[in-house]
Amino acid sequence: MTSALGKDLLGLEPLSSEQILLILDTAEPFKEISERAIKKVPALRGQTIVNLFFESSTRTRISFEFAEKRLSADTVNVAASGSSVLKGETLVDTARNLEAMRIDMVVMRHGASGAAQFLAERIESNVINAGDGTHEHPTQGLLDLLTLRDHFGDLKGRRVCICGDVLHSRVARSNIWGLQKLGVEVAVCGPRSLLPNAIEEFGVRVIDRIEEAIEWADALNVLRLQLERMTAGYIPSSREYNRVFGVTRERLERAPRDILIMHPGPMNRGVEIDSDVADGPHSVILNQVTNGIAVRMAVLYLLSGGRPELAEAAKGGTGRRGGAPEMTEAA
Amino acid sequence: MANEIVELNDGTADLIIVGIQRRGVQLAGRLVSLIEESEGVEVPQGSLDITLYRDDLQTIGPRPVVGPTSLQWGIEGMNVVIVDDVLYTGRTVRAALDELADFGRPARIALAVLVDRGGRELPIHADIVGKRVLIEPGDRVDVMVDDLDGRTAVVIVPASAEEEP
Repeated sequence: MTSALGKDLLGLEPLSSEQILLILDTAEPFKEISERAIKKVPALRGQTIVNLFFESSTRTRISFEFAEKRLSADTVNVAASGSSVLKGETLVDTARNLEAMRIDMVVMRHGASGAAQFLAERIESNVINAGDGTHEHPTQGLLDLLTLRDHFGDLKGRRVCICGDVLHSRVARSNIWGLQKLGVEVAVCGPRSLLPNAIEEFGVRVIDRIEEAIEWADALNVLRLQLERMTAGYIPSSREYNRVFGVTRERLERAPRDILIMHPGPMNRGVEIDSDVADGPHSVILNQVTNGIAVRMAVLYLLSGGRPELAEAAKGGTGRRGGAPEMTEAA
Repeated sequence: MANEIVELNDGTADLIIVGIQRRGVQLAGRLVSLIEESEGVEVPQGSLDITLYRDDLQTIGPRPVVGPTSLQWGIEGMNVVIVDDVLYTGRTVRAALDELADFGRPARIALAVLVDRGGRELPIHADIVGKRVLIEPGDRVDVMVDDLDGRTAVVIVPASAEEEP
């Protein structure tokens, strides 16, 4: 017996809408735990989780670590720099060595698309993808969905436009798949050089002008312009990008309805998003960060436990209980 | 039961009634309105979901659904009355006590249950009991409340009537 999500969380593409909603519903009560004076529940006591980060990360790594600690798991952080990875150890060898130390879960970020799946097929521990190359970043997609749901309730029929550097963005892919499964109309907007070829095959609308995107959408998810790739000649300059595609207060003032502004961070203020907008009344960027912890707690909780051999042993002893909470039906 | 709660706590001062998800919450709500009728005081009410504090969380199969916990009033120095529908093994109450301890240090904690069916596995007893029944371990006591079940009733389901999968 595995959890309702299966063994791993590799992306939103393989999940059903029911599974996505289960994660979002589970995240709701976890929000309250972070508001307590003692921000800790014993749900994952005794579980060991390794955060294996082959790429730099601040927000995601800290968010996962908070989520793990607030569930009472023991955590170890491994960064590629300063580890045996630099000495040429392969990914699988690193993970197998970690498993030999009796761990339960691996949260991994890696520069190669598909790395999380590669690992998940080779180790017994649960694997959570914290970003693999330009493929997926499922917990970011989930926290975006949770933030949208906080504001709109049912998401069916809502319109979300993903703006900017879609080409390099794993956040964009997780968003597109996640949003579409919940019945959201998705568009992308950005310079053609930063949109993948055949992006239409995702079933998304392509909008060429940011003004049109603002007119069309209920929410904009503004992606980070990956400045470190600026040398590749995708766009003429960040100033010109801001002039043509930047989300500015002047542009938002012409929006026909209240529009929600999201950004996965880290922001380039004055490039893809102006400070006035990032700190303005439409912005839910910090709500996204808060929701990130709740969503990650939900994922950790749903993937953990469910050890069949222990469940069998427990069945004999306790029997049914009157006051116990109801169990999920999902297999 | 409402009168007993008031008596046990020498009035309604510093009293807070905390229902355990899910049916304990509805019962706690009814007790609060009964106390308001008789005493003219609206006693603060909270709810507690003990799922994350269960002692069998690492062994049970699919993850149980987690409900909301709400203790916005604070419990430091208060007289807390935990309300649940059925008292059986005592493990739910053990979990509730652990969870309450993470919210503060009440002056006193009491336990009120609608049905005490015996069969305790832990040294826990209820201070206020609506009805005591002695039934077999395999039998089930279902408490139904209007909001969740469409009717208010207590039903004892014998083991022989259970359709086990």
